[in-house]
Amino acid sequence: MTELLTFYLFAAVAIVASALVVIRPKPMHSVLLLIVSFAALAGLYIGLDAPFAAVIQLVIYAGAIMVLFVFVVMLLNAHREDEKLGASLKGPLRAGVLLGAVLVAELVWALTRFGGGRGSLFARGAGEGPGEASVAELGRVLFTDYALAFEATSILIIVAMVGAVVLAKREL
Amino acid sequence: MVPLGHYLVVSGILFALGTAGVFLRRNVITVLLSIEIMLNAVNLSFIAFGRTLGTVDGQIIMFFVVTVAAAEAAVGLALVIALFRHRESLNPDLFTSLKW
Repeated sequence: MTELLTFYLFAAVAIVASALVVIRPKPMHSVLLLIVSFAALAGLYIGLDAPFAAVIQLVIYAGAIMVLFVFVVMLLNAHREDEKLGASLKGPLRAGVLLGAVLVAELVWALTRFGGGRGSLFARGAGEGPGEASVAELGRVLFTDYALAFEATSILIIVAMVGAVVLAKREL
Repeated sequence: MVPLGHYLVVSGILFALGTAGVFLRRNVITVLLSIEIMLNAVNLSFIAFGRTLGTVDGQIIMFFVVTVAAAEAAVGLALVIALFRHRESLNPDLFTSLKW
């Protein structure tokens, strides 16, 4: 029961904060609200017995990546949007709202139509599987089964780093 | 115990919010933020599935998604800075020509 209550609390915070990210006109508000959303998601990961995921969500996502966003928003001094959100709701962009609503309906339909059977995967409690995955087990799988992907990640990071430096240089 | 379906519905709603943000907002930074929301929605469903199936693969894929998101944010924000220098604006509708 407590578990269900914390799930609904964190899920509500995540959804409301994300909705406000899309609605708020000022980029700085959006960035700070997104940090709230990420913190709520970290709470959901704790509920899923994934403490490692929760920690990297907080440290890397809410910490490092969002600081980068805050830094750029401040650097560009872009504290307003050129156009009101209301103005962008006119014309073909209304399709965006329609698309979002259709996507929600479609996903909920697709995800709940299998929920009929009592023993089906979707009705099964997330967490009724075999024991909690320890960080040690995670590290073992990461450096054996996923070793190649892990090494490829380091190349990706280097490319991204060099690319960011080149792109942000004064003369492009 | 919270059923897997609950997590997937939350994930679907977050993903749709991110999609709507990409289409609605006329600000490059907010569009990047919306993409982050979509990536997080996917992460949530990966971890929920991984927990239900009793494997660590969901968490490992989430780790890789976070890495890709970090790289994407770095390059994307560098692009935003470069574009802002040329146009003094963050409106993506202004960036229509490949050369200027």
